[in-house]
Amino acid sequence: MVEGREGKGIVRMPVVWIPSLMRSLTGNQGQIEVDGDTLRQVVENLEVKHPGIRNRVIEDDRIRPGLAVSVNGEVTNEGLRTRIAATDEVHFVAAIGGGS
Amino acid sequence: MATETEAYLGKTDYKVIGTRPIRHDGADKVTGRAIYGADVTLSGLLHGKVLRSPHGHARIISIDTSKAAAHPGVKSVITVDDFEMPEDKIRELGEGAANLRHLRSNVLADGKTLYHGHAVAAIAAVDANTAEEALDLIEIEYEVLEAVLDTRRAMEDGAPLVDENQTTQSLGEKTDKKSNVSTHFQHKLGDSAKAFESADIIVEREFDTATVHQGYIEPHNGTAHWKSDGHVTVWCSTQGSFPVREQVSQLLMLPVSKVKVIPTEIGGGFGGKIRVYLEPLAAMLSKKTGHPVKMVMSRTEVIQATGPTAGSHIRCKMGVTKEGKLVAAEAYMAYESGGFPGGWAAPGSMCIFAPYDIENVTIDGFEVLVNKPQTMAYRAPGATNAAFASETVIDEICEKLEMDPIAFRLQNAAKEGTRRADGPVFPRIGNVETLKDAQSSDHYKSKKGKHVGRGVASGFWFNVGLKSSASASVNTDGTVSLVEGSTDIGGSRTSIAMQLAEVLGIPAESVNPSVVDTDSVGYTDVTGGSRTTFATGWAAYEAANDIKAQMSGRAAKIWEISEDDVQFDDGVFASKSDPEKKLTFKELAGKLDDTGGPIVGRAAVEPQGVGGAFATMIVDVEVDTDTGKVEILRATLSQDAGKAIHPSYVEGQMQGGVAQGIGWALNEEYFYNERGELANSSLLDYRMPTALDLPMIEARIVEVPNPGHPYGVRGVGEVPIVPPPAAVANAIYDAIGVRLQILPMSPAKVLAALWSKDGKGKA
Repeated sequence: MVEGREGKGIVRMPVVWIPSLMRSLTGNQGQIEVDGDTLRQVVENLEVKHPGIRNRVIEDDRIRPGLAVSVNGEVTNEGLRTRIAATDEVHFVAAIGGGS
Repeated sequence: MATETEAYLGKTDYKVIGTRPIRHDGADKVTGRAIYGADVTLSGLLHGKVLRSPHGHARIISIDTSKAAAHPGVKSVITVDDFEMPEDKIRELGEGAANLRHLRSNVLADGKTLYHGHAVAAIAAVDANTAEEALDLIEIEYEVLEAVLDTRRAMEDGAPLVDENQTTQSLGEKTDKKSNVSTHFQHKLGDSAKAFESADIIVEREFDTATVHQGYIEPHNGTAHWKSDGHVTVWCSTQGSFPVREQVSQLLMLPVSKVKVIPTEIGGGFGGKIRVYLEPLAAMLSKKTGHPVKMVMSRTEVIQATGPTAGSHIRCKMGVTKEGKLVAAEAYMAYESGGFPGGWAAPGSMCIFAPYDIENVTIDGFEVLVNKPQTMAYRAPGATNAAFASETVIDEICEKLEMDPIAFRLQNAAKEGTRRADGPVFPRIGNVETLKDAQSSDHYKSKKGKHVGRGVASGFWFNVGLKSSASASVNTDGTVSLVEGSTDIGGSRTSIAMQLAEVLGIPAESVNPSVVDTDSVGYTDVTGGSRTTFATGWAAYEAANDIKAQMSGRAAKIWEISEDDVQFDDGVFASKSDPEKKLTFKELAGKLDDTGGPIVGRAAVEPQGVGGAFATMIVDVEVDTDTGKVEILRATLSQDAGKAIHPSYVEGQMQGGVAQGIGWALNEEYFYNERGELANSSLLDYRMPTALDLPMIEARIVEVPNPGHPYGVRGVGEVPIVPPPAAVANAIYDAIGVRLQILPMSPAKVLAALWSKDGKGKA
């Protein structure tokens, strides 16, 4: 029996959709369940499983320029502090207008 | 902000929403009283002009401003050296973003000029003619470099580099290789390569679209006064006064609190009036002279050096079963970003296959530097190019399947629960409803005339939310003064005021909306991304609820009852326990002085719940096979507005978007020679459609309420430009049997395609 975020026997974790250009870091996995209450925690936990992800996503303690994060289809403006629920889908996408 | 349960009221019996009141700013605009940027005048005003590069790509060897500075009428001359180097960081501008160093190098060239018309120096003089004349006294030595003008050439190994330090980023991974490709990204859903094996029909085509300008009628302008106390005031025509404040403060190394931006009325923007061009120059010239400085671009400067939006090269492949089910799609999308990185392949990739439920999709996107002005947004930036490719391929698939194009689209339509290739799952959307509306229209059911071709295309734009603020003061005569920060391009004063009026049960005419400066309202993002009626309207809705709550308290005080005993319905406050106690909004407003003083409602929002928009266009054309001229005979657009707050302005946006899309389809393009010099920088040679070129465009509003907004609003300003080029291309094919895969489909290109088909020449 596993103690999950929704009680005994149920483990629900946010699902991170890995962009195809980052899948070399995840053994070609496209979706990964990762625990975390904030985006920062999700990325840190992802880094433990798949080293190298953090540097692709974060620069100077913020989401890397040119990249955006959407949670359940809505681009977040709260950066790494974004609250993540166990049922959320997290996507890393190219920022609109980029300006890199 | 409304909670999730409060969002989308689901009402249909609105009193104000859905009506067509006369716009609050109408009289000022039709009588010429409205103040535009070129109207601004101040005591001691100087006039500024910009010297621009005559070359498409050149290194600046030296600049000598001494002769110009010695001119008796000249008060100051500036170059990029007058601006400190800002941090190497990116600032979000609402619709797009700007690297501050690139922004500095765009307002005045730093070492190289990257496009014809790139600003090199600026002068302030006693009048505009003197400033213009003195530009000739600035001596610049250039080393002219080879220009690269399209994505295919720019992506070749050995192509001239627009920026010798640029390398490619792939979602955070940097390469060391110098390249004009600044960004590569990929969306992958399922396994498209494998899925194509199960397709009975596969169509793969390549498409090219020209660089086009937004074509706003009012040129860019900026007036600045750097006062002796170190505060700077800027007047300008902009889609976002706060993003202008941010850019100007960063370039001038000032805190935002020292920069006040006063937005004047705006004569069009369409995405092109977000980035600053003149404002920081006017401010620096003002600092150096101690006088206010005004700068206004000529039409040539506007076309040479602002906007445009991206030209593109797109390869699109789609596979379908013989039963008509789309099983796989792939796209290669290379978009021009102009002289500096950033661009529109990313949003284009979010839209290209969005109208369809396809389980296996791969999209590769590339942002590519070329020697053209830095590209800017233009209604649904990137999506029109994308739809031109995908919707033309869809039409060819329908032909091969011998299926009706709307029936095919309905069979494969994305709907609630469909996952887009870039990840998100659609909430409630109106794709199916717009298709069915188009299918049921008189236009679609009508018989085509002889020699007439009919085309259909669909389009998607995701819309955005962002930040908005509003405050509203109750006047003792029962009216409300509404203060907002969204510059009004298409009637948004009224559409926002109507949402406030609906809550308070008062007529729209009882609200007096004002667009104010950055010191007078809370932060508000750009008027762009189809967000203003959605987000600033939401702020007005919340400000009205704030007023309603405060006035309920006043009613309770007057009647000496609990606030819980006060109800508000249809503009009337009443006691629940004593129905005899009633006060209309107006009556209660007249009693504010005696019950605690003024009431101001306020709200600042950053709403989620944005609803994407779909549109489907039907167009009939006739093609003159002797001249290649395409005449638009009839055009109809069905578009999901969510809820049309002011239907006339929704129709106006739909008609305007279609008109611009037809211009993009048939006429508009930047002509550069091989040296990168722009040959058509006037509206005589850059051919936008006029009323004489277009029929009355039928706007059919479909309302599938967005569950993420109190009134169900979706944005409406962008998606109408998405379907027209593809719809026109499909109509041309229907008329003359040739498929054009290049924009614009000008007479020369139509003739070339016809001759190629007939074996008379090469397309």
